Amino acid sequence: MIASSIPTAGKAASAHRTAAAVVIGCSAGGLDALHKVLDAFPKEFAATVIIVAHIAADSVNLLPALLAKTCRLAVSEAREREPALPGHVYVAPPNYHLLIEPNRVFALSVDERVCFVRPSIDVLFHSAADAYGEQLVGVILTGANNDGAEGLKAVKAAGGFTLVQEPSGAYADTMPKAAIATGAADKVLALPALVAEILNRQ
Amino acid sequence: MDESKIQDIEIGLFLDALYQRYDYDFRNYAKASLKRRVLGLAAAERLSVAELIPLVLRREDYLAEVIAQLSVPVSDMYRDPPVFKALRETVLPLLQTYPRINVWQAGCATGEEVYSLAIMLEEEGLLERTQIYATDINDSALHKAEDGIFPVHNLAGFEKNYKNAGGKAEFADYYVANADFFRIYKRLRQKIVFAHHNLVSDGVFCEVQLILCRNVLIYFNDELQKRVLELFYNSLVRGGFLCLGTRESLRSIEEQRLFAPHQADCMIFHKNGVVT
Repeated sequence: MIASSIPTAGKAASAHRTAAAVVIGCSAGGLDALHKVLDAFPKEFAATVIIVAHIAADSVNLLPALLAKTCRLAVSEAREREPALPGHVYVAPPNYHLLIEPNRVFALSVDERVCFVRPSIDVLFHSAADAYGEQLVGVILTGANNDGAEGLKAVKAAGGFTLVQEPSGAYADTMPKAAIATGAADKVLALPALVAEILNRQ
Repeated sequence: MDESKIQDIEIGLFLDALYQRYDYDFRNYAKASLKRRVLGLAAAERLSVAELIPLVLRREDYLAEVIAQLSVPVSDMYRDPPVFKALRETVLPLLQTYPRINVWQAGCATGEEVYSLAIMLEEEGLLERTQIYATDINDSALHKAEDGIFPVHNLAGFEKNYKNAGGKAEFADYYVANADFFRIYKRLRQKIVFAHHNLVSDGVFCEVQLILCRNVLIYFNDELQKRVLELFYNSLVRGGFLCLGTRESLRSIEEQRLFAPHQADCMIFHKNGVVT
């Protein structure tokens, strides 16, 4: 079998694989960090970008419009049963967990909060790790709680590539520090270098 | 094969066992969130998913736990206040014309939402002639709902939602509270029949003017979602109303043409007269 000719190198090789999707988690200070990441993506960026940002559980979601102002890619709130398209940025709706099904369509849930939050980064990352495996990049940015750490471990375990914002440069360092503490971060970088790593996988 | 793929196989076997043993069919639930909940069940027992199978097959007392974990017992008082405001202003006036009104909350979980509805019906002078049916597959959630006892720590949020939903009095007029809990008054509780009903396998049980089923269909795959929308269609009187969750997909609704928008931004529909 062909697979046996690249023995355990499979996971290490994923570092240079083209990513089909990038999942990003953040909370406090997230808007500014998201702008810095997304605004650097060229319009021919070919991966699906999926974001969970902890925001007030108001029914109106302002985040897609705010990000769309400066992002070259289309930005929208992820809708239930909608297929995840390449070159499109999706944001989790407030007060729902956002998941991606194995066939890469979005799903929502109102299951109990995880790490005291809904949407939870862990929930998205676990499902994305299943759906995309080695074709996934997981990114943890600034944030003030531990959500995302377990999810990043799942991304890594499935063979995905994992990036964490350098805590000293983050608006809130709890989330990046928790992610780093799991040992699952492939690279810990300041935002410009982190963006370059994502673009490397295009 | 990696651990996650093995878990997927185990989950398939577990769901088959549950179906063959008890006729509870979760096989058409959306996969990603169901996987989370099955893994949660296994973690609680400190077992693998495969090791849960003998428990499902041989320990009858374990079933309640499985159902409690796999269904989603989440409910809120007036979640999405604008939806309740719309029901109050654009649906309840149309129900005035019926001498007797039946309302069905499908998937009531612990009951917060159905009490929100009951309070609204009372304020609009309709509760006297209304029978509310609140159903779920989770019996322990149903018992909680029937008791109508909720922790007070959410009260401030409920008060605010009640006002934003167009509440005409004070939320405090509808319950009695101590330091830890509040209980909805009996006159409201006794207008609601709580009953076990499984949307996956059970049929029409009465004819109703309004169905609330919010954030339940998001757990079902396309096939199951369609089945349930048909069930709702067949349960509604001509022109009856269906209210879904604000973020639910419209695709099946549009494809099936069983329902037409009444107030689309609040996900309120009415039954279509003629389906071609």
